[in-house]
Amino acid sequence: MMSTAQDTIPPIATANPAAPKSALTVPLAASLVTLALLIVVPLFMKNFYVFQLTIIVIYAIAILSLNILTGASGQFSLGHSAFFAVGAYAAGILMEHANVPYPLAIPAAGLICFVVGFLFGFPALRLKGVYLALATFALAVAAPPLFKLGTFEHWTGGVQGLLVTKPDAPFGMAISQDRWVYYVTLTIAIIIYLLSVNLLNSRSGRALMAIRDNEIAASSMGVDLALYKTLAFGISAGFTGIAGALSAIAVAYIAPDAYTVNFAIALFLGMVIGGVGWLPGSLAGAAFIVLVPNMAESVSKGLSGAVFGVFIIAVIFLLPNGARQLAYFVYAQAKKLAK
Amino acid sequence: MELFTNQVLSGIATGAIYACMALAVVMIYEAIDHLNFAQGEMAMFSTFIAWQCLQWGIPYWGAFIISVVLSFVAGVIIERTLFRPLGHASILVHIAGFIALFAIINSVAGLIWDFTIKPFPTPFGSTPLLGGVISSHQAGMIVVTLLLLALLYLFFRFTRVGLAMRAAATLPESAKLVGINVGWMIALGWGLAAAIGAIAGIMIAPVIFLEPNMMGGVLLYGFVGAVLGGLSSPGGAVAGGFMVGVLENLAGTYIPGVGNELKLPIALAMIVAVLVFKPNGLFGRVQVQRV
Repeated sequence: MMSTAQDTIPPIATANPAAPKSALTVPLAASLVTLALLIVVPLFMKNFYVFQLTIIVIYAIAILSLNILTGASGQFSLGHSAFFAVGAYAAGILMEHANVPYPLAIPAAGLICFVVGFLFGFPALRLKGVYLALATFALAVAAPPLFKLGTFEHWTGGVQGLLVTKPDAPFGMAISQDRWVYYVTLTIAIIIYLLSVNLLNSRSGRALMAIRDNEIAASSMGVDLALYKTLAFGISAGFTGIAGALSAIAVAYIAPDAYTVNFAIALFLGMVIGGVGWLPGSLAGAAFIVLVPNMAESVSKGLSGAVFGVFIIAVIFLLPNGARQLAYFVYAQAKKLAK
Repeated sequence: MELFTNQVLSGIATGAIYACMALAVVMIYEAIDHLNFAQGEMAMFSTFIAWQCLQWGIPYWGAFIISVVLSFVAGVIIERTLFRPLGHASILVHIAGFIALFAIINSVAGLIWDFTIKPFPTPFGSTPLLGGVISSHQAGMIVVTLLLLALLYLFFRFTRVGLAMRAAATLPESAKLVGINVGWMIALGWGLAAAIGAIAGIMIAPVIFLEPNMMGGVLLYGFVGAVLGGLSSPGGAVAGGFMVGVLENLAGTYIPGVGNELKLPIALAMIVAVLVFKPNGLFGRVQVQRV
């Protein structure tokens, strides 16, 4: 656990400084194709599949934010389900009790989570490795019972959970609610992705990576460790909170038991499968944690857990660096073919 | 005052469960430097093996020994086949491996023995002691935990293999140079942890009943106990386990509004508070890193 930081591979250049800015590089082309698919394909899918895709994109946002924390700053969290839950409840309560429209409730939820995460970052500063894992784990364990608590029942709906109205498409657009929510989610996901890429390529991003690689060296270079580590927690929690808010809207229901430790572990798994520190991998990781359990269920009902486990083992043996490795392998092969 | 003593005593009784598990957690941590998230499921499976042996008519202690030996072997095999090939992959990948192992063991146990709750016998009987606060089984469990701790202490302190294991865990490179087979020491650590887990599972099962999901909560408390006491100290882990049991009980009794639901979060919050002031646990070595 102590060596989390050293083990992660240096982040891939999301923008290649050597190439001229206007050139269409292969990674860029691949991202654009993926984006185009994400925009076009849902038009031809049934509502249920659109809904599933929405969930994948939402999880991708959460995994992305975990990637910022673990991949960039080298901290470790098994508690992101709690931030996700805070985001969901914040948005739900704002929309249902205060009649705040959803375009405002989503960023508000993000902001609230940013503050919560930033504050949690302070005790986390003192902890490393397993100890940090345990503290975040405690957060994940504590969240569902707190939301179920009788005292807050008026706001949170207690054990029953909270119903959230699903928004209709504006201006009388002729698309279904599910599709509209999907496109809202996708737009927000793209914005968060671009923000994250820019964050990691900025001075602050480099400061975070310096902390990840060697704290002492970073601090002697003048990086304010406490500030950047808490900020990383805050930003990561904030993005996760937005994902939580989106999930509350997409599912139209907030159930306290949906945000257990298992969910935090699933997000963590998605990050590893996608490739730690590789932002595009978040989408692949999210698809894995949403689709593979379903697939495992269809392979064998009684042994679905075992099938899921075998899938994970297969992935970590074949691709210890996750989807990133696959992408790079394909890229290298394509280059060879082109020559 | 009587309420207080009773709560402390029954806290110690539940704490014995956590202490048992915490010991297994520390064992594996000493060997591989990670927490094994599948540890609870491994212990659960071992307990099922013991249960199956009992069903086949093997006497209690025979079943006990069979289960412990099989668990030891299984621990070594898991290390050899699953985690050794992963080798120096990132710690995050190892954790994904633990999660996979967790899912597989849980699901296979559910398939073989199904998810109904099964009673498990105890060799210590269940006569109430000390006015009913603690049962003779719980007292037996505490004795077994302390005995195990003493044995481990002797093993790590005075035997060649024990010393070699400690050397391999603290300074693998130097250990290699003095001729210790570091790879096998790690496998041995896995085996020992699995065996201790088996003992913990067999001791715990009469209290919480046997079923594939029995270990979820226990393992969590075990982790908490181990971390509270300090992961580098088996004695600390046992003490930590007992402390968690007592803390949890006292919080449930004296803080108003804390039902069963909130016991765990409160105990965890206290522990995080402790960790903030003592980041290496109460009894752990302070890690000094060379720059």
